[in-house]
This record gives sequence, structure tokens and C-alpha cells, in this order.
Amino acid sequence: MKFILSEEQMLFRHTVREFLEKECTPEIARSGFNRERWAQLAQLGAVGLAAPADEGGLGLGEVDLVLLLEEAGRAALPDPLIETSMVAIPLLREAEANDLLLEAADGDVVMSVGLAGSRYVTYATDADVLLLQLGGAMFALQRDDVKLQLMPSIDMARPVFRVEWLSEAGTKIGEGADLVEAAFDRAVLGAAAQLLGIAQRCVEMAADYAKERHQFGKPIGSFQAIKHKLADALLMVEFARPVVYRAAASIAEVSHHRERDVSMAKVYAGRAAKRATRAALQTLGAIGYTQEHDLHIWMKRSWSLEAAWGTSDFHRDRIADEVMG
Amino acid sequence: MDLNFTPEEEAFRVKARAWLEGNAPAPMESMDTPDGFEQHRDWEEHLYEHGWAAVSWPREFGGRDATLIEWLIFEEEYYRVGAPRRLNQNGLFLLGPVLLEYGTKEQKERYLPKIVSAEEIWCQGWSEPNAGSDLASLTSKATRDGDEWVLTGQKTWCSRGVYADWMFGLFRSDPSSERHKGLSYILVPLESPGVTVRPIAQIDGEPGFAEVFLDNVRVPVANTLGPEGEGWQIAMSTAGFERGVALRSPGRFMASADRLVSSYMAREHLVSPSLRNDVINSWMEVEAYRLYTFWSVSRKLAGGTIGAEASLNKVWWSEMDVRLHDTALRLLGEDATLPLGDEHWLDGFLFSLAGPIYAGTNEIQRNIIAERVLGLPRS
Repeated sequence: MKFILSEEQMLFRHTVREFLEKECTPEIARSGFNRERWAQLAQLGAVGLAAPADEGGLGLGEVDLVLLLEEAGRAALPDPLIETSMVAIPLLREAEANDLLLEAADGDVVMSVGLAGSRYVTYATDADVLLLQLGGAMFALQRDDVKLQLMPSIDMARPVFRVEWLSEAGTKIGEGADLVEAAFDRAVLGAAAQLLGIAQRCVEMAADYAKERHQFGKPIGSFQAIKHKLADALLMVEFARPVVYRAAASIAEVSHHRERDVSMAKVYAGRAAKRATRAALQTLGAIGYTQEHDLHIWMKRSWSLEAAWGTSDFHRDRIADEVMG
Repeated sequence: MDLNFTPEEEAFRVKARAWLEGNAPAPMESMDTPDGFEQHRDWEEHLYEHGWAAVSWPREFGGRDATLIEWLIFEEEYYRVGAPRRLNQNGLFLLGPVLLEYGTKEQKERYLPKIVSAEEIWCQGWSEPNAGSDLASLTSKATRDGDEWVLTGQKTWCSRGVYADWMFGLFRSDPSSERHKGLSYILVPLESPGVTVRPIAQIDGEPGFAEVFLDNVRVPVANTLGPEGEGWQIAMSTAGFERGVALRSPGRFMASADRLVSSYMAREHLVSPSLRNDVINSWMEVEAYRLYTFWSVSRKLAGGTIGAEASLNKVWWSEMDVRLHDTALRLLGEDATLPLGDEHWLDGFLFSLAGPIYAGTNEIQRNIIAERVLGLPRS
């Protein structure tokens, strides 16, 4: 038992954080997907992290992906990293679709996914190729093969679409319950990792504000009402983190508890994000309820990710079915 | 990152499980009753004789040199077979680690083996009638007289103080000092002249607490643990460990969570379906606590420290335990307040309610988290 990140993993996380602090400032995070940044992310190795080293990737595993996505959440990065790096590339690797894998890992082809467990496809107009589930099989479609309808989501930097297949178009990539269920669980874990990063960022944002903002002649962070609120938010974040990392290990090791562990990651990261965003909003007060402050970017992302790939209630039921089954 | 146990750790589990399954005692009375106390002490002696009383301590003091991970495994197995709470937990989990870190060679040899064997039971003498959460306002005094301390004052809420042989306490040894400075950590034999122990009935009616009055009690200066006047720092290192993994390892809660799930499943068709969510929430809280513990212990083993983060740990387990038992009582319906059956939920419920209070109230823990982890200004 050695439940700890390696030096390389911590260094990798640090590199990603530095990159995103520069290239994904809150102003940029509001504006949506950007292909130049995507190319830079690919160059950094972030996009093709899970692709084999001889297919343009780094050959790294789920824990590394989770660290990447945690940072993406922290920066509110408006790019389809869950869809491409976490779901599509491992799926293409599994299905041995090597040409597409290489292009995706290089950052040349942006991907999104539509899974049966989800009504919508994210970033569909930014993606070059959509991997869509039909029954127990996955198909690759070009954007022209489908009709897209942008939905009016409150989180416009993470656009969601209704997708209609126009014809019999599309190439079957692979099939089988193992393939599609694993893809879904990867998406769930990706959302959990981003929610964790969002939660962490919101606690820090609130703590920073509480140190600066004065009322009654003191920083509001000196009042216990604020201290305890933020302590509770941090508690949720710190206890969600090992839950999320363990879920990554469960996918990596093909654990027979994979579904349970991934669901618990979503429930815990979702809970941490909810607690942290609410605590941050209450600490910031009226300014947090505006678009002049950046908090709303993270709040909205937390809502859209909470709703994506199974709500906390869906996942709690999945856990209960295993634990009590 | 490797979440699997090593072959050595697995072998340790097999060995511990085999011994515990062959030796687990029948259910005992409360350790706060005279009969229950003796039953618990017999069990502790039995553990000691077979080398299972303090697995992570050095062999020379009665332990078996187990790693922290192995200790966590032992705790899981210990509570899995339904073995009782530890009688000498103050000595084993609070004083022992401090003795190992700050004690002189003589002190270690004198005290540690008798803690492991439960020959000497310890209680904690920190709180006073007017010093609870504000512990640094304590006024019990230690006045130097040659080679002796003369102790006067009053300690309270000493768990198991009625049955204890010794007390480790904090005393103001520098009369001109204030707050956290000038306190000394002193080991007091409770049979000393001038000591009066008054039992206090806890919420279950048993004398689980004691008040300890000290009227010119003389103890050797050699009973000082660590440097004179630095008792606060030493006490807080105990507090850190107490709030952290030592006092409440996941094992006991894992056993409770398993029992909760079984209790629920046995009554699934008799109780409201809304209980299902609470049961699974408790199961998840315990699982998260297990993971968080392995996460922080692994960091400690890799050379890191468990500092103010220990307060996160304490808030989590104590509030988790209350919720778990609250759910368990709701499963029992109208029988909730009747100490019936062999599930003992009511006892566990009462005990859980103390968790957010002892070892530093959760309000104090939240202040620590906010100030030392998040860096918020002091009030």
C-alpha cells in the first residue's frame, strides 16, 4: 500500500498548472474552445497522455489523466479534454483504431463523444470527429454526418448539443459492453476530476477574498462564521481527493469495483464542488452573484458537470446496488 | 501509487486475523463498570501476552515493530471480529507516542511496558472547570520544591479516571507565565497523597468521567515529560496524533458500517425506503475515511508530516460516527431507545455523541483548519 503520487506525477501537475495559469486566465476561460491552445496542449502531451508512446502519446495512465483534468477544472478550461483525452483516446486505443488515435493524440483531430448514458454531446461544433454510441457499438462520424442543435445552456463555454444522425454514415470503431461501459466510466471519472479541481479553486478564491475584504474593521476571514464555512468546504475537498484518485486506480487495474469506485468519485467530487461553490458565493456576497467577478464561471461549470454523465443520485444508486446487492 | 497491500502486509493480515478469530472475547459489559473494567483488563492482558497489544510499538517495549499500514490492518481485523474498545487507549494512543518521541530512556523503560500490559491504566488531565476549549487558560499549578513538583488544582472530564492508576497532565510551572507558555507536562501517580478522585456519571449512568483534585501533591521532577515549560507544544503533538489516525483508525468505523448495511438489509421491507440513502451515505463516509487515512499515512511514511490536517480527520470521523449511529437508531424504529438485541446501537450512539466534543471540540478544529490550512486571520 503506497497511496501517494510519484515525483513525476507532481511535476507533471505543476507543469500543467503553470501552463493553464498563463494560457487559460479567467478572461480566456469565458470565451470557449480555441484551436491554438488545443495545439499547445497537444504539444505539452496533455491531449495524447493516454495514447501509446509510439502513437504520438505519453503512454501514461488514469491517475495522470485525473491530475490533468483536476487542473483543467481548476482553470475552468473550456476544451474537450474529458471527451478527447479521457474517453476517445483510450477507446480508440482499445479498439485499435490507430490512424484516428494518432491524429487525436497529435491534436490535429478534436474529438467529442456521445454515450448512451447522456442526452447531449459537448463541444460538437468544435470537434472534427464525434464518437457516438448506438446500442452496444461505437461509431466515428464526421460533423457533416450529423445534424447539431446547440442547446441554450447556462455554461456556454462548455456547449452542449442535441445530435441527430443524418444517414447510415459513420464507421464502426468497436463494440461490446466492456467497451461502451468503460467509456462511460471514464467520462464519469473525468467529470469527477474536474469537479474536484473546481472545488479546490473555489475554496482558495473564497479564502483569498476573506483575507482581503474588511467589514466591521476586520478581515471577514477572522469571523468564525466564515472560517467554519470555508473549513467545511475544504473538508469536502480533501476527503474527495483520495476517492477520485482511487477511482483512477480502479480503472487502471480493471478492478471489479470499478463502477462503484467511479460513481463514488462523482458523488464525492460533486458534493465537494457544491459545498465549495456555495461557500464561495456566500463569502463573496453580492459581487459573487455578478458576471463582473469570475466565480460564476466555476459555479456554472460545476452545475453542468454535476448534471453530466449521471447525477449524484444516479451514481449513489449505482453504489447502493453494489454494496447492498 | 499502489493501492494494493504488499505480500508482507497481506501475510500480516492473515496472521492477525487467525489469532483474533481464535481469541476474540465474548461481548463485555461497559468498561466503566467494575465488572466490565476487569473483563476489559483481562482481555488487554491476553492481547499483551500474545504480542498484539501495541503492534506498531518497538519490540523492546512490548510491541511487534509493525508498520503504520500494518497497524491499520490490525485495527480492521480487530474490530471485524467484534473485539472491544481499548481500555488503556489514553496510554496506548495518546501518551505512548509522546513518550516514544520525547521521553528519556528511563521514562520509556519505566512506563511503556506497563501501558502495553494494561498493568497501569492512564487518564488525561488537561481540561479544568474553567479551561475547556480555551485550554491555555488552565490554572493548575506545579511549584518547584527541590527535586519535587508540588501540584495544586483541579482537573476534570478525565475519562476512566475512576479506574486509572496514573494521569498525564498539564500544569502551569512558571507562575509568571501566560497562556501557552510556562506549562509543563507531568506524569502523576493517582495514589499520591493529596489526590482525590470524584466519579462523574456519564450520560449512560456509568462513572466514565472523573474529576481529579490535587492538594499539594508531590511528584518527582523526573516525572516531567519533555523540557520544563514546553508542555503545550508536547501536548499539542499528542493532540495532533489523537485527532489524526491514532485514536480512531478506520477499522472500528468499517465494522460499524458493515453492521449498518446488514441491519438495513435485514429490515429493508419494514423500514422507510428513505433510509436507504442514509445507509449508503454512511457507508461512503466510512470508505472515504479509510481512503483518506491510507492517503495521509502513506504521505507520512514517505517523509511528510500530519500537521493541522489532523483537524480535518477529527471533524470527519466524529461527525460521520454520529450520523451513522443516528441512521442505525432510525432503523430500529420504536425500539431505538431500548437497549435490546445484540446490535448495541444505543451504546454506540451515546458514545458517538461525545466525539465532536472530546480531543478538541469540532469548533476549535474548524478554527485550526481555517487558520492553519487556509491561512485565515486569527480572531
